[in-house]
Amino acid sequence: MSEDSNKDIFTIGIGGAAGEGVKKVGINIGKLLCDMGFEIYLSIDYPSLIRGGHNFVRLSFSKNKIWNDYAKLDILVCLNEETKEIHKGEMKENAEVISGLALPEIIERIKNILKKRNFELNREKNESELINGNIAFAKGLEAAGLDFYIAYPMTPSTSILHYLASKQTKEGLKVIQPENEIAVINMALGMAYAGKRVAVGSATGGFALMQEAFSFSGMAELPLVVAVVQRQAPATGVPTRSSQSDLRFIIHAGHGEFPRIVIAPGDPEESFKAGAEALNLAWKFKVPVIVLLDKILSEHLMTSSIDSGFISVERNESIIFPGTPEKVVKVTSYEHDENGITVDKAEDVKRMVEKRFAKSANIEEEMKNREAVKIYGNTDGGDVVVFFGSTKGSVLEAAKYFNKSVKLVQVVWLEPFDTERVKRELEGKRVICIEGNHNGQLASLIREKTGIEITEKILRYDSTSFDSIELAEQINQKFS
Amino acid sequence: MATKSKITWCPGCPNSQILVSFRQVVTELVQNGLLKIENMAAFAGIGCHGKISDYINVNSFTSLHGRMIPAMTGAKCANPSLTVVGFSGDGDSYDEGLEHLIHAAKRNSDINLFVHDNRVFALTTGQFNALSPKGFKSKSTPFGSIEEPFNSLFLMLSAGATFVARTYAGDMAGTKKIMQAAITHKGFSYVDIIQPCITFFDTRDYFKDKVYWIGEDFPTNDLKVAMEKISENAEDLPAQAGKVPLGIFYKVDKPTFEEELYK
Repeated sequence: MSEDSNKDIFTIGIGGAAGEGVKKVGINIGKLLCDMGFEIYLSIDYPSLIRGGHNFVRLSFSKNKIWNDYAKLDILVCLNEETKEIHKGEMKENAEVISGLALPEIIERIKNILKKRNFELNREKNESELINGNIAFAKGLEAAGLDFYIAYPMTPSTSILHYLASKQTKEGLKVIQPENEIAVINMALGMAYAGKRVAVGSATGGFALMQEAFSFSGMAELPLVVAVVQRQAPATGVPTRSSQSDLRFIIHAGHGEFPRIVIAPGDPEESFKAGAEALNLAWKFKVPVIVLLDKILSEHLMTSSIDSGFISVERNESIIFPGTPEKVVKVTSYEHDENGITVDKAEDVKRMVEKRFAKSANIEEEMKNREAVKIYGNTDGGDVVVFFGSTKGSVLEAAKYFNKSVKLVQVVWLEPFDTERVKRELEGKRVICIEGNHNGQLASLIREKTGIEITEKILRYDSTSFDSIELAEQINQKFS
Repeated sequence: MATKSKITWCPGCPNSQILVSFRQVVTELVQNGLLKIENMAAFAGIGCHGKISDYINVNSFTSLHGRMIPAMTGAKCANPSLTVVGFSGDGDSYDEGLEHLIHAAKRNSDINLFVHDNRVFALTTGQFNALSPKGFKSKSTPFGSIEEPFNSLFLMLSAGATFVARTYAGDMAGTKKIMQAAITHKGFSYVDIIQPCITFFDTRDYFKDKVYWIGEDFPTNDLKVAMEKISENAEDLPAQAGKVPLGIFYKVDKPTFEEELYK
């Protein structure tokens, strides 16, 4: 099946120079379609500059759930002349071009085209909202009682900072932007020490700067949530493009050994849940919790159902803070005894390492009650596709074009790792691992944990997302 | 105020005098009803000075090297009723964590910083640091340091600190007075405590003759006057002549970061 023959899906592209409002036009069209009851996936592609360059929004929609955008366009909206030239190869046969119009006229034209083509829905306004992973994650933090968000701007994590900054109140949530990422995380640890629920966020490069203090949170058992958004690396890399190449770095982050939790959501709904879960788990276990995102998940919008009503704020009454009469609260980055006094005797050191790791069994038990691994498609199938993070969207959309039924396995918790479950789902099956990196880091982690070697991999490391049609063809071929 | 921890500073180290001065200041503040002991949060960096948190039986937070200041601001933002003091070293604040020091002064966070100023990295057994004089011979600079030191107080005044003072560890009465004034000042209080390292850079004799207290009538609200005063001995150790003034050079009231945050 080729996408041209999929009459259920309609795709609009909006292009223009940076600063011409491409994103704004795209999101407005998205909201219109959302109000009409469509399911939408909206991708945003832009270079790292303020004015000029070429920005492009691609918006695919359908009456059914849609997990990825499509390359071929039904409508191309040009906010500048160049757009027509750049995207001429992506047009379907009967595609229409809209150019030289302002937003209200563009919207009218789109409505007319949809009517003419009979691509309309006669249903109520969608209850879902059009949201990206960053904002959904931030809403999850809010719902779980976030007191402080501390961050230094870094693409593609910055929209978390902007969103939460706009949600500050006099007595409630506060957002601070300090001098650098090292200040960010150390400030956050001071807040956790004084009893506040705090999260920090950055791209992986910024998180790289936080390593020593991340380790400190493990040593001092200070609850902390860290949002890490991957972009194409190493170093400054390709700031506005995606990657899944930091899995290994993240699960091993910080020097020394200490328990931590790493959750990698795959869509905005999971990001929302991960934000809330991360804050509650950090406080429950007094450990750092990382929510691992990537540019695709962070910035692409999807119709999603976000309901804060289901989130509870779970506090930990066993933690005491400075300001408590008759109590002295001592925290230190040195190895220390139960009273927070520095120790270096071998037996004390060993005892304290074991005290911290005693939490690991409880965290693993907790993991069993959470969606650490998710299964889609044919759960009994002999063929399996495994993936993590935003690749979920590309794979679930590709699954619409599979020739045979395939079991889809999403690893959500990367640390701790649900070895038993993953082993059960993969053992004795033909498995393809799909990842946005060069080294097949998830495949290597699965081998490390389960002993299962995955030889079939589809890896993408050109900083862009998987095209679901291409992906389906590759998977069909490998499983033929 | 003491803990069961054994003091491991070199016998005779002026750090002990800073410790005793601080304990007495806290005791007096509590006795006079100016402080609830549970609201004292004492921070420390990494270096010889940092051991102090093990020796005081109050809430404490021993940070990473150079990273104490943002943690102090974090705690103060989280709970403005805390009295946040921090013990740092010149290496901790002027080498590893300089950006945090300058920004805390800039944002006038209501925290109190006591810098144990010995002009050498002591705990790592003696290397030059950002306040060591040019020509200072150490294990890492065997032919003498080739860099000029910072003028630490000048830097703090330029960065926007609203309370800038200097004291001498050996003068405990003077140190107590300055510590108390710093703690009661609303805003970023910077106190330089000259603390000769008796093992790696023994400046006791040098300072003994050169330190003097500026008068009670010194105008503390004039930045220009303050800058002139603290520049008296700008060339610094082991400088030739010149006196080293002690006292409160600058003290002005400005809205604090935490006040602005909750406004």
